[in-house]
Amino acid sequence: MRLRRSTAGRSAAALAIGLILLQPGTALAAPRPYEDAAVIHVLNRLAYGPRPGDVEKVKAMGLERWITEQLEPQRIPDPAVGPRLARLETAGLSSNELLKGYEVPRAAKREIAQKQAEMDSASEDSKREARRELMQKYGSQMRGTPRQVIAELQEAKVLRAVHSERQLDEVLVDFWLNHFNVYAQKGPVKFLAGEYEREVLRPHAWGRFEDLLLATAESPAMLFYLDNWLSADPNARPAARGRRGRFGAAAGGGQPTMRRPAEGAPPGQGRKRGLNENYAREIMELHTLGVDGGYTQKDVTEVARCFTGWTIKGLRDERPEFHFEGRFHDNGDKVVLGQTIKAGGQEEGRKVIHLLATHPATARFISTKLVRKFVADEPPAALVDKASAVFKRTDGDIREVVRAIVTSPEFLGPAYRNAKVKTPLEFVVSAARASGALVDDPIDLAKRIAAMGMPLYMQQPPTGYKDTAEAWVSTSGLLARLNFALDLAGGRIVGVRIDTTKLAGGAAEGAAAATALAARLVPQGLSDSTRKTIDGETDLSPARMAGLVLGSPEFQRR
Amino acid sequence: MLTRRFFLKSSGLALVSFGVAPRFLTRAAYAAEGAMRRRKTVVTIFQRGACDGLNTVVPYGEKAYYALRPSIAVPAPRGGKDAALDLDGFFGLHPALQPLLPLWQERSLAIVHAVGSPDATRSHFDAQDFMESGTPGRKATEDGWMNRHLQTTPDPQATPFRAVSMTPTLPRSLAGRAPAVAMSSIREFGLRPAAGAQVARGFEEMYGGAVHDTLHGTGREAFEAIEFLKKTDPSRYQPAAGVVYPRGPYGDSLRQVAQLIKADVGVEMAFTDVGGWDHHAAEGGVEGQLANRLREFGGALAAFHRDLGDRMADVVVVTMTEFGRTVRENGNRGTDHGHASVSFVLGGSVKGGQVHGRWPGLGSGQLYEGRDLALTTDFRDLLGEVLSRGLGAKDLGAVFPGHAGGPGRFPGVLRA
Repeated sequence: MRLRRSTAGRSAAALAIGLILLQPGTALAAPRPYEDAAVIHVLNRLAYGPRPGDVEKVKAMGLERWITEQLEPQRIPDPAVGPRLARLETAGLSSNELLKGYEVPRAAKREIAQKQAEMDSASEDSKREARRELMQKYGSQMRGTPRQVIAELQEAKVLRAVHSERQLDEVLVDFWLNHFNVYAQKGPVKFLAGEYEREVLRPHAWGRFEDLLLATAESPAMLFYLDNWLSADPNARPAARGRRGRFGAAAGGGQPTMRRPAEGAPPGQGRKRGLNENYAREIMELHTLGVDGGYTQKDVTEVARCFTGWTIKGLRDERPEFHFEGRFHDNGDKVVLGQTIKAGGQEEGRKVIHLLATHPATARFISTKLVRKFVADEPPAALVDKASAVFKRTDGDIREVVRAIVTSPEFLGPAYRNAKVKTPLEFVVSAARASGALVDDPIDLAKRIAAMGMPLYMQQPPTGYKDTAEAWVSTSGLLARLNFALDLAGGRIVGVRIDTTKLAGGAAEGAAAATALAARLVPQGLSDSTRKTIDGETDLSPARMAGLVLGSPEFQRR
Repeated sequence: MLTRRFFLKSSGLALVSFGVAPRFLTRAAYAAEGAMRRRKTVVTIFQRGACDGLNTVVPYGEKAYYALRPSIAVPAPRGGKDAALDLDGFFGLHPALQPLLPLWQERSLAIVHAVGSPDATRSHFDAQDFMESGTPGRKATEDGWMNRHLQTTPDPQATPFRAVSMTPTLPRSLAGRAPAVAMSSIREFGLRPAAGAQVARGFEEMYGGAVHDTLHGTGREAFEAIEFLKKTDPSRYQPAAGVVYPRGPYGDSLRQVAQLIKADVGVEMAFTDVGGWDHHAAEGGVEGQLANRLREFGGALAAFHRDLGDRMADVVVVTMTEFGRTVRENGNRGTDHGHASVSFVLGGSVKGGQVHGRWPGLGSGQLYEGRDLALTTDFRDLLGEVLSRGLGAKDLGAVFPGHAGGPGRFPGVLRA
């Protein structure tokens, strides 16, 4: 039952929770009662929404304890996820295994390119047909297709979001995946993205920001996506013709790193290389300082020079890994953000990363984005200040910054409840969770998320997806949501089981069913006007009624 | 709020007939009649990712172009499709844009070179945001330039499709108070028939409530648009004989914009976008990644033009991109973020067959910040001209606040 307290009383209670939670070591008193609204709010923000029974469970264990647990996800048993992921053939495979088993063989690519060139004037359809035939011919050499790899990346993400007990972990990993966006369709990134998420983002998601930043900088996925693997000192010696030998002594055992021409490049004859600014710009604009963080075009160029030689080796042999290629490095001194960086090989890039990770603008930029994610589209300034202060004091300890935000009175208080509009991912996953759906095969869910404008791992620009309401509220997006709500409740989503009769409390129809459904699916409560609509349509079947409730304006918010 | 329209449904008409409806409701209820007359339409196409204007419309008369782009330059015209297609003795079209050449020759296609946003940012995000808000350098602007045009020219006869974006989400250009519809496809715009009339009515009621927030407003617009589509059924209008749009979302959107225009649903502003222009590596010259994008880009524009036929007399298409790319190719046979780029303007009233705007040159002293094509036409003057001469807009100051524009600064792409 909702407790009726004065606003002042509520804020005081929230403040008290905040103070207790700020000290993780403190022995916690017996769980105290919270308003349901506070629990629901926390489940809407630190999880992908409540499942049936979650509110009661969290109340029973105590809201503070639940939050504290979620901040240490590795300690939470997560039995539901493993067996479900095990059904995805490619989930958990290394980049090496994926490139070997799922990339179109080079011989096939060559033959396809040749054939297409011969067919120059033929129709698009006949070209496609020719391509299909050749793919069939080579299909027996492949364990699966590149398309399957992307689909299963998306499916794994949806499965975890729906079924993992480590909900805040999933929310935070999604935040970093979006922050350090890579685009699966660019070249081999689809084969690198799984390892990127598993071995770069997840291990560092709760650690020091600088470690996370460095790990992304050294990841083949990011090196390829933002082109740094190609960036070299323009005065570096052009590589030799044909299949080149090793570059310098540093490359242990790998094949030539930069031989593989990027897509569409003319065949490589000893070609001159040079600087590429792409990563240098985005690491400052998007990963650390923010676009107003005070850097100039000159800084972009200087940072690019520092990162020359940060490349990938072994891509041709399906063993991509980070490699510093000294021969491509620009060995002059650089000045970044007013600081001189003495010529120092690979160290220069590390220095840049340290400089950026510890820059005050970065503390503010990351804190602002986190507060926007967890609290409100317009981040309350005081909370951003507080979070940035924690960021600076703890040397960028992400867990402590998140803790400061999610235990703050601003977050826990009533002011921002239901203030965020769900993104397509949040909407689809929260609907599956609210309705207690069992997801056997998430492919259809992933497709619906894509149709709402948010194809997972497929955001081409490095900005990632927006985290504000106006980006997601549109006529077409809303209709897609309503149709999804109806299809989910009507059992028309392939691979997803749902029991609306159970949700309706066993009632076949009528006012009782409507009330039960509304209470379970939108526990935070419906507006008067939505309530009126529901009350006027009590002759609907539980499935249709559930569809109506999941499509309501209230369920679009969290 | 007068900018919100009401449903075109029987209840609205009932109110009218009872004589209790406010004036704006009367207007809206009868708006369908207004739709049946032809109207002027502006179609905006945003090339997201910063298109390389120099390899799109090639200044082959510039020595510096070849000196700075040793591996990706498009050769000067020599009659074949492995070189630029001559336009005027100085500029040439990228050969992948061959489908546009006939439009140039019949003077339906104009080009504005060295156009763009005067803001110096080389951030995709900021530059797109500034262009779409129509206020370079000002981040606080809440609405988009297209929406402000709608706000400043309220139209009592407007249909739900006065402003439509063929995208899954509403672009920044159309954000704002005036209603606008986003759709990814005409066919899928609506509730599934399986929903049933009762559920449909339920949703309509929920979102029709008096709450003034973006969700409810969008919901109202959606249902209004659905009703309207039922009446007009644009899917009847298939492409003209022999017209084939390139496959893919971009060709699909232009095909559907054409359908909406032919169905006379009252489209005044249409928007779509096309990505994939950010070629930092392996951009290619005559062939390659940029060539592939241009083939689709130009192919769809040409198909759109043929598809609409005579209707192009009332249509202006204008293309834009957030910035151009470095004049010098980078170390990976690509180009980095630059400054000015190129726009295409297509339509019956276009002063075609001409490259408009002053050419700033590519000499070492002529480049912006020593590296990029300098800007000689502010995109707001181009868009201002399109609004003014294409749609009869009067209040450009409200559409582009803080910009001292006006006819004196128009690039002159449309007949006055």
